[in-house]
Amino acid sequence: MGNITLENVAKRFGEVEVIPPLDLNIEDGEFVVFVGPSGCGKSTLLRLIAGLEDVSGGRILIDGQDATEASPAKRGLAMVFQSYALYPHMSVRKNIAFPMKMAGMPEDEQKRRIDAAATALNLTDYLDRRPGQLSGGQRQRVAIGRAIVREPSAFLFDEPLSNLDAALRVGMRLEISELHNRLKTTMIYVTHDQVEAMTMADKIVVLQAGRIEQVGSPMELYRNPRNVFVAGFIGSPKMNLLTGPTAAEFGAETIGIRPEHIGVSTESGKWKGRIGVSEHLGSDTFFYVEGTGIADAITVRADGEIDLYHGDDIWLTPQEDKLHRFGKDGNRI
Amino acid sequence: MATQRAHKAARLMISPSVILLLAWMIIPLGTTIYFSFLRYNILTPPPSWTGVENYTYFLTDPAFIPALVNTLVLVLGVLIITTVGGILLALLLNMDFWGQGIVRILVISPFFVMPTVSALVWKNMFMHPVNGLFAHLFRAVGLQPVDFLSTMPLLSIIIMVAWAWLPFATLILLTALQSLDSEQMEAAEMDGAGWLSRFIYLTLPHLTRSITVVVLIQTIFLLAVFAEIYVTTAGGPGYASTNIPFFIYNLSLKQFDAGMGAAGGVIAVIIANIVAFFLMRAVGKNLEL
Repeated sequence: MGNITLENVAKRFGEVEVIPPLDLNIEDGEFVVFVGPSGCGKSTLLRLIAGLEDVSGGRILIDGQDATEASPAKRGLAMVFQSYALYPHMSVRKNIAFPMKMAGMPEDEQKRRIDAAATALNLTDYLDRRPGQLSGGQRQRVAIGRAIVREPSAFLFDEPLSNLDAALRVGMRLEISELHNRLKTTMIYVTHDQVEAMTMADKIVVLQAGRIEQVGSPMELYRNPRNVFVAGFIGSPKMNLLTGPTAAEFGAETIGIRPEHIGVSTESGKWKGRIGVSEHLGSDTFFYVEGTGIADAITVRADGEIDLYHGDDIWLTPQEDKLHRFGKDGNRI
Repeated sequence: MATQRAHKAARLMISPSVILLLAWMIIPLGTTIYFSFLRYNILTPPPSWTGVENYTYFLTDPAFIPALVNTLVLVLGVLIITTVGGILLALLLNMDFWGQGIVRILVISPFFVMPTVSALVWKNMFMHPVNGLFAHLFRAVGLQPVDFLSTMPLLSIIIMVAWAWLPFATLILLTALQSLDSEQMEAAEMDGAGWLSRFIYLTLPHLTRSITVVVLIQTIFLLAVFAEIYVTTAGGPGYASTNIPFFIYNLSLKQFDAGMGAAGGVIAVIIANIVAFFLMRAVGKNLEL
C-alpha cells in the first residue's frame, strides 16, 4: 500500500512562504512526477513527504494514517537522492544492507534481498566495490538498490538523473520505468526536465512558486494545458505563445500553437517568414522562423526529409482546431 | 615531450631549496652523532673519543626507563583526551547556536597561549594547593585540597598539555565535520539509523582521516614536551614527571655533558622513529600517502 494524501500542507522558512497550503492525492501504485522550474518548491514538497522537513501547516496521510509528526524512518518511504548519498567507506553490499541492518533484519534475509536487488539492478559483479570505484550510472543503481531492499510503501526520487550524461539518462529513465512496472509501488519523482515527466509519469504535478498549476496525465497536460505556464512548460520544443493582434483575432489575450500543429509550405500560407535556424534531426526537422511580424521566432516541426535551410522563405499555416486560447488572467478560455 | 622537459626544469628549480634543507638537517644530525661518541664535558675540555660509552651510560641510567615510560604515557594520555574531547567539542560546535562565531574563537584560543605561560597559569592559579582554584573548590565542599603537582605530577602535566592541544584537535575535526555530506546523513535518517548509529557508521568513518592527521601531528610535538615540565615539576618528584627530552636536558645542560646529551638526542630520534613506525602502521593506512 502506498496511498499518500496531502491536506493543506504548507511550508514557510521564517517569513518566506515557500509552499502555500496545497492539497494532493497520490494513489497506490501511481508514478507521480513533480515538475517545475528550479526554485518552484518541488524538492521541498518531496522532503516534506519524506519527513526531512517539518510542515508549517496541514497534514500528511500515508495509507490513511496521519504521518505528519512521524520521523522519516517511521514513514516506510525510501528516497533516492540527487547526489545518490551513498556511504563512501562502505562496500556496495554494505550500502544496500544498511537500512536492513538498522531495522535489525536477520542476516540470511538480508543476504537474500541483497542478491535479489543486485540481480535486478545488474550489480552482482560490483557488490564488493566501494561507491568511489563505480560510474555514475552504477552509483545510481546502488542508491535504487538501497531503496528497494526496504520494500517501502513508496519511493521518493529527488532529481536522480541530473548528474548523469544524456545517453545514460535515457537508459536509467527506462530502468526506473521498468522498475515501476515490475514493483507496482507508488513512486514520487522530482525533476525539472519535462521530458522525464512526460515519458515516465502516470500523473504529472506541475508546480510554480510552490503552487500546483495543474495535475493530470501527461497527455491531458499536453492536450489541455490549464494556463499559459503549463502550456509553455510542457512540450519540447516549446509551444509558440503569441500575443497582441494575432491573439485578438481569435478573441484571446494569448494564443498557443504547438510546433507540430503548424503547416509548412514554400508557396502559400497564413504567415510568411524566413528560416533562422534549421535543425535536421532525421526523424523531424525544426525551423525557427523569423520575420513573420507576429513574434520574434516561431518554432515549427516539419518532416524529416524536408529540403529547406537557413535563409529560405517559408509560409506557415496553424491548424486552427489545435489552437490554445488563454485569457487575460493566463487561464484557458 | 613538453612534460619531461617541465619535469627537468622543475627539479632544477627546486634543487637549491632541497639541498639547503637537506644540509640544514644532515649537518646538525651528523654533528650530534659525532659528539655522541666523544667524552665531551664542557667544563673539562678538550673532548676525547670514547666510543659507545655515552650510550651505555644513557641507557643504563636509572632514570632512563621511567623517562621512556613517562614519555609514552604522556603522549598516549594527551592523544586520548584530545581526540575524544576534540570529537565531542567539534560535534557541539558544528550545531547551529547563537554566538557560535565568538564561541569558536574562544575554543581555539588556548592554542595561542605559550606553553610556559599556560603551565604557570595552571600551576599557580588552578593547581596550587593553597591559592589554586581547585584548592578553593575542595575547601568549599569541605575536602582536603590536593597538591596536584607533587601527588600526581604526570597526570597534572597531561591535563595541562591536553588543554593546550584540545583546540587544535577540535579545529581540525570541526572542519572535517563541516565537509560531511548532509544528504548522506538524511539518507541514513531515512534508512532508520538513530543518532548513535549515524555517528558510528557515518560520522566516525568520515573523520578517520582527520583523526589520523591529529594523532600524527600531535605525536611529533608531544614527544618533545619540555616547557610545561620545566616550569612546573622540574621532572620531579624523583623521576615521576621526567620524560626523554627533560632527561636529556638534565644530563647535558645540568651536568654540562655534551657527549651524553648528544647520545640522548640520537636515542630520542630513534625512539621517535619507532613510535612513528607503529603509528603509521596503526593509522597511516587511512592517509593513502
